[in-house]
Formats: sequence, C-alpha cells, structure tokens
Amino acid sequence: MGAKEDILSRVRVALQGDAPVTDIPREYRQSGTMNQDQLIDHLTDRLVDYKAEVKVVLATDLQGAIAEFLANARSVVVPHGLDAEWIAGVADADVVTDSPEAPVPVDQLNATDAVLTSSAVSVAESGTIILDGTPTQGRRAISLVPDQHVCVVPASTIVEILPEAMPRLEPSHPQTWISGPSATSDIELERVEGVHGPRRLSVIIVKDA
Amino acid sequence: MSVNLGIPAVRSSGEGNLFAHEKFQSAAKRELKNEQLRANLRHATHTIRDKRLNVVSELPDWEELRESGSRIKENVMARLPELLEQFEAAFTARGGVIHWANDATEANAIVTSLIRATGETEVVKVKSMATQEIGLNEHLESLGINAIETDLAELIVQLGHDRPSHILVPAIHKNRTQIRDIFRAEIPNASPDLTDNPKELAATARAYLREKFLNAKVAISGANFGIAETGTLGVVESEGNGRMCLTLPETLITVMGIEKILPRWEDLGVFMQLLPRSSTGERMNPYSSLWTGKNGPDGPQNIHLVMLDNGRTRALADKNGRSALHCIRCSACMNVCPVYERTGGHAYGSTYPGPIGAILSPLLTGITAEENSSLPYASSLCGACFDACPVKINIPEILVDLRAQDVEAQHSVRKAPTEMDVLMKGASWALSSGTRLKFLEKGLPAGRLLAGKDQRISWLPGIAGGWTSSRDIPAPPQSSFRDQWAQREKFQKSQGSQQSQQSQASQKPTGKQGE
Amino acid sequence: MRIALFSTCIVDAMYPSTARATVEILERLGHTVIFPKGQACCGQMHVNSGYFKDALPVVRNHVAAFLQEDYDAAVAPSGSCVASVKHQHPMLANRCGDDGLAADAEEVGAKTYELSQLLTDVLGVTNAAEQLGSYFPHKVTYHPSCHGMRLLRLGDRQQNLLQTVDGLEFAPLPEADQCCGFGGTFSIKNSDVSTAMLNDKADAIEATGASLCAGGDASCLMHIGGGLSRRGSQARTVHFAEILASTREKPLVIPEAQGGVVVLNGGTR
Repeated sequence: MGAKEDILSRVRVALQGDAPVTDIPREYRQSGTMNQDQLIDHLTDRLVDYKAEVKVVLATDLQGAIAEFLANARSVVVPHGLDAEWIAGVADADVVTDSPEAPVPVDQLNATDAVLTSSAVSVAESGTIILDGTPTQGRRAISLVPDQHVCVVPASTIVEILPEAMPRLEPSHPQTWISGPSATSDIELERVEGVHGPRRLSVIIVKDA
Repeated sequence: MSVNLGIPAVRSSGEGNLFAHEKFQSAAKRELKNEQLRANLRHATHTIRDKRLNVVSELPDWEELRESGSRIKENVMARLPELLEQFEAAFTARGGVIHWANDATEANAIVTSLIRATGETEVVKVKSMATQEIGLNEHLESLGINAIETDLAELIVQLGHDRPSHILVPAIHKNRTQIRDIFRAEIPNASPDLTDNPKELAATARAYLREKFLNAKVAISGANFGIAETGTLGVVESEGNGRMCLTLPETLITVMGIEKILPRWEDLGVFMQLLPRSSTGERMNPYSSLWTGKNGPDGPQNIHLVMLDNGRTRALADKNGRSALHCIRCSACMNVCPVYERTGGHAYGSTYPGPIGAILSPLLTGITAEENSSLPYASSLCGACFDACPVKINIPEILVDLRAQDVEAQHSVRKAPTEMDVLMKGASWALSSGTRLKFLEKGLPAGRLLAGKDQRISWLPGIAGGWTSSRDIPAPPQSSFRDQWAQREKFQKSQGSQQSQQSQASQKPTGKQGE
Repeated sequence: MRIALFSTCIVDAMYPSTARATVEILERLGHTVIFPKGQACCGQMHVNSGYFKDALPVVRNHVAAFLQEDYDAAVAPSGSCVASVKHQHPMLANRCGDDGLAADAEEVGAKTYELSQLLTDVLGVTNAAEQLGSYFPHKVTYHPSCHGMRLLRLGDRQQNLLQTVDGLEFAPLPEADQCCGFGGTFSIKNSDVSTAMLNDKADAIEATGASLCAGGDASCLMHIGGGLSRRGSQARTVHFAEILASTREKPLVIPEAQGGVVVLNGGTR
C-alpha cells in the first residue's frame, strides 16, 4: 500500500488551497429528434460508409435475410440465448452454440466462418452497434474470431446520439462497440478494412412489423 | 488513512521515455533535412486534419461537448483522491486487482512480476502510451520477456527497430514502400513478392499476429478511460488487435495513468464523441472495448491494473500547467501543428511529441530535466493546437508559462547573463518608456546607412543572425512615427488652425521612398 | 469619437507609414486621433519568451500611458499586440500579485481594438470604397495572422474590408490559416523550423500571382516580406491599413522591385 499512500498524499498536497469544485455544464444534446424511419436511414448511411453490408427487413423476413448473408458460410457460431428461429433458414452450415457452460474453444472459433448475434443498442449518428455480452450476444470472443459477423439490430434499439445510449447500457457487462468492420489507417492513412477483427460486417436492421 | 497536509510529500518526477536527450533546436534541424519524412508528414497531417474538420462540423453541439469535456476533466483533477478510491473499490469488488506505481521503475517491476507469475515469456500488447512512456518493452526485453506490439503501426515501428513518431499513427513517418521492406525483412514467412499495397501489408500482419493472439496467455494494455462510479476500463481502437488482447488471454495487465479517471458512466457519452472525431477524424472508431473486473467465462480470468503516477502528481502541483493532464491522447494538436508537421515526432525526444508533448514532457519531469527545457520553445504560438484540442487545453499559454519557468531556472543557476538575457533586459529598459524609445529612435537613420543602397539588412551578428539566415530586414525609415506625429503637432500649432482635421496626416512633409 | 492610437513599437520604429495610414482612415471618418506620448510597446516579446520579470515594466508603462489619457477607444494596427494588451497584461499583473495593475490593465484592454475590429464593429465600416474612398488597382492576396485569427477571432473582418476596395483584385491565399513561422523569438531560437514554415508561406503567396500580400500584423509582414526579399521574389507585403488609406487622389504607390530588391515599407504616399 506504500505507493498508493505516496501518490494520494502528493495529489492532496498538489490540490491544497484550490477553489471549490464547480458543477459540470452539460449543454450538449441529450436526446435526438429523429423518428424510427429516419434513425434507420441514418444508421444505414453510416454503416455503409464504414463498408458494412446492410439489409433493412421486416421481422417476418429476418430468417431469409440471415440465410442470404450466411449463404457462403460452412460453419456458424451462435450465442446460447439467440432465437433458434433466426438460424433455422441456414441449411448448409454447421451451427455451433456457445454458452458460458460450454464455451467454444478459440481454435474452433478460428476455424468457424461466421457468427450470428443480436445487439443491445445502436447509435445512428456514429453508426455504432453495441454488444453487451447478454445471452443473445454471447461472449466477446465469438463475435471477434470468425471472419464474418452477422449482427441483427432491432429497430427499437436504435437511438440517435450517444448520450441516449448510455443509460440503456449496463456498465458492469463487458461491452464491444462496433462501428464498421475491423479497419486500419496506419499505412499512409489509407483505410484498409479487415485486420484482426471480422473482415465482413453484415448488419440486418429489423423493423417493427 | 491520515495524511499530514503540512508536510509536502516527496515530489515524484516522471522517468522513462519522457526526455529530450538533445535540444529540440538541433534535433529539428536534422529532421528538417529528411525530405521523405517531410513529404510523409505533410500528406498524413493534412489528410487527417481535413477529416477531423469534416466530422467535427457535423456536430451542432461540438463546442458544448468540448466545454463539458474540459470541465469534467477539471472536476476529475479537483476530486482525484476521492475518485481514485471510488474507482479502486468498484474495480476490486468485481475481481480486479489494483497495483499502484510511483514511477516507471515501480510500474515495470510490477508488470514483470505479474508476467513471471504466469511463467510466460511472450506477451501480446495493445498500443498504449503509458507503457511506452515507462519503457516497458525495453525493460521486459532486457529480462528475456518478448512483448509483441499488435497494433499495425506499432508493429511496423517494432519490427523496424524504430521509435514511434506520433501518438496515434506511430509509423506516420514511414511510407508504404518502407513498410513493405520492413515486413519482407522481419516477418517470418512473409512472401518475398509482397507488394506495397496497404491491403496486402495488412493481410500479412493479420496472418503473422493471428497465431500470436490464439496462443497468448498474457496481454498488456493501456486504458483510455477508467470510470470511477463503476470501475469500468475502456480501450478505443480500430483493428481488432485490442479486442484480441483484451478478450482471449487468461491474464490481462493494464497500465493506466491516474489522470485517466472519469467520474461517471454518462461522461463516456461525452468523451466518446470527442475522442474519435479528434483523433482519427472518424465519427466513431471501429472498436471500443469496455470491461469491469472479471466477467465469468467471458474474457480474462486474472485482471490487473497498474495505476501510474510517473510525474502526474508533479504536473498536478503546477496550477498553471495542470490542465495538460486533461489530455485524452487524441493527437489533434500535432496534426494541426506547423512545427510538428515539419519536424516530425522524433525531434521532440519524448514519447509525447507535438504541442501536447512540448508541455506534458517538462511538466512530468520538471523543466530542468535533460533537454526538456528546449521543448516549450518548439512553437510559434500560432494557437492552432488550442483550437483543435477537444478538452480545451490552452497549450500556448502553458508553453509560455514553461518558458518563464525555464528562464527562472536558468537565472538561478547561471552567473553570467546570456546574449538573450542582455537583449531582453535592454529591450525592457528601452520599451518601458516612451521617452527612452524616442531617444533610441534617433538612431534610425544610422540603420538606413547600415542597410545601404540595397535598402535591406541581410546580415546581423549574434542571435539576431538567426533572423538574417533566411530573411532580410528592410531599411528603417528616416524617422519614427512618434517623431512624425510630433512634427505634425508642431505644424498644426504653427498654423494655429483647428478646423481642418481631415487628411492632415498627409499634409506634413512627405518622406521619400521607404521613409 | 476620440481615438487613441497605439502605434506598436514595430510600426512606430519601422513602419510609420502604417500608423499614418491608420490615422488617415480614422480622420477621414471624422474622428479625432490622439497619440499617447508615453506609449512604447505591449511587452509581448518578453512575455512570449518567458521573461516575465522584464515584461512587467513594459506592461506597466503601456497601462499608465493609456490610463492617463481621455479617449473613447484605443486602436492598434496589429492583432497580436491587441491580444497581448487584452490577455497578457492582466495575466502578468495577476501573476505578479499586483491587483491594482490587473484592474487597470483590464480597463485599458477592454477599450483597445484591433483596427479592423474598430472599423467594422464600432465605426460601422462595411464598404471601404464607399465609406473610405479606398482605391487600389492591384492584385492582392491576404495572410490572416494567427493572433488576430485565433486570439481575437477577427474572422473575415480584414479580408472583407480589402475586398470592398475599389479596383482591388483579390487572390485567395492557399492554406491561408497556416502560421508564417514568425512567432517572435521563435524565428531566432528555432530559425530552421521557422524558415521552413516561411518558405511554404512564400510559395503559397507566389502561387497566387499577386504582387502584394496584405496582412494586419507588421511583425508577420516583416517576416514574410523579409523572406520574399531574400529569395528575390517579385511579391512583397503591405499592411491592409495602407491599402484602405489609398485613394484615387492619393494612391499608395508601390515601387517596382529592382533586381530582386524589395522595399518593404509600403512605399510612398
């Protein structure tokens, strides 16, 4: 505990004689103004800009949209809480279910072509999809190692701006915020999609029927 | 815990890679000669600058976000002891372990012992400024532990046995051909036919590192934020190497400066709007990971955090410079800095280059450390950095303040005044009285003589020679404005007229060319 | 209005024609100009170089010189000197614990304007040709100096005034917002970096094809002009006040460059 006490005591000395702390102004936008159709358009625009593939479908067409995105996958991993109906249209691929009790080993994930998950919250303005590790989204590893991530975004989970998303998220859950597929701009600032994360991000926005 | 506020605690100065070992002036002179570097830097900084302007202009509330960001950080500094305790309690409650480090030496020792406890000799790393600052890689290497940088740019720098030159794009000084050559030479199994196509280069890095990720047992990261009320840590990245390191290994060791704390979860909603737009010029970076201690079977089972001082409390004690600790390492300041654009990051010596580095390095180490006193002079005070800073750090003002600290420090150790001291003293005497200045201005015609037929002065002795190395000075006028005004008043008095005010300035005898 | 001219030390000693032009413009608008005799310099060179102790007497002198005069507004043909008066003087006084000086400096600072600010915001000049009779039939580009742009937020004020001068052909400067590399003692202490910045500025000016680069800060103009002169450029620099003061009857005459020699004083009038 020596270093901690040293540091804290130096901090206290440094702050000696300071004026009292003032309130933090929060004049930035706390909520958006878009309706659901606008939110979907906005999010789609951002995702396409990030080179993600996007389909906007009605709930009744979800199964078909998933099957189309996964047409070339020979193996797919899904989290244990995912609606079994979603993957039912994928006939030709091996489907593995990952769960806390039976996590899929990382080597096997590496040999798996695709992952299908849902998502917790999406932010239209920045094109960000947030996964929070709940049973429809699964462990972080499953949406990371396979080369294609098919991600379902229920329209009701889309907000316009980030400050609206924060109260909807549970901080204690491990989170992954995804804005497009893996990318780098490290070589002459030229954007290259696909380094270590999934090189293909396929998003299905599901409209309320 | 009781702390006696009456007795100042021992000052802890930053150590590690925070030093300019050479004066900025001479390092810059050398770097300026590197034409390739200048071209690479110009392209990179201008590209990223334009992108930033585009995405910033999209937000109607950018200024409000900046203001909140700045004030949140001010609040953090003011409440740091309480927030650090709160963070520790929340992080520990969820199975994380916190270690505190006064300086680089202590931090390196802690990380080393944590790695040794696992029995591993190879670790994967996410790009982190804090670990670069403390020289962790070098330290681990000296003890036989191989730390593999997994960020593409850091990998390029590491494989090229080079140093990062930018905090966001560390290989900004290298172009694609140079990178291809490094990969061909250093990556096992890299194809000899590898081209300089960025896609191919990235794919080569992917293949090389994928195997490392799948087998790594220990990862080391930094953190962009630590949320006090929840104990959450966050890492912001693009490539997915961060996610790999933060998710797959059994042990995760994070090194974070004590100033990275944010009070509340909702504050992340401010900073995650400010940071990506300011750094890469994106609306949002591709990946951000947030974790709060251990999360069952999801992610590492051993979660460690090293809380680092390394001069931060020293910077905090400097009330005029303290706000440098607000820095969120976005690098917007270096991308708009005309000095950085021409010299590149290596000229600054420290891990932190550019405008923020020019204040942060001496604040962390003290102004008298090595050649860090030359860093605050690496600026024309144009102010572009202040405008670009997402948390409104008044870098020019702090630069000037640090110059004053340097002047004070120099004066206290030096007996004989320098040429600059003499010049400043003389100018102070001359410029603190209209009468004295008027007297000195009698010498202007002599200056005209010095300028000669050319009507320009092309050589001056001493430090003023820095000016005439590339610039002429025009011949001074025959007389000063002050004198001309006095003549005009005399003329007006002799005319005894007050009625014609208009254009009198031009009624007095007109001077000759260049008067 | 009764307007106190703060000539600034560099204009006083090196570019008196700029101060004369400033007086002429203001008198043409019917205002009375006074020149506080005690004035010398704003002290910005000392402050920016870290010589706070040596800056203090310079600041004291400026504040005293202007405090004792009776005027409605003070004006200087320099963005950076005005920024110094407004921001650095109270800062330095506070730093030295001189509350009285700080209050006086605030008072002087609040009444001090940069020329384009005074013309636009206070005197309502929006069209130089109509309101000042400005006439200048030359191709002119324009460099906005950093302190005017970023510390005073002058925006387009100087440029707008130039663009409304009769006969003036305005050539926009590429990357105009980039610093010219002057920076006071920076140009001496880090001369190599400063020169690299200066060369890019000079290239940009030459690329416009304009014979003149106008600006609002004599020090930056001396720096840019000095660089143009050294490289034998045909272009030179001029303060915008001199262009505004130029009329059909009394035009500002720009002498021809002779053998690469450039006269930087804004020529004769």
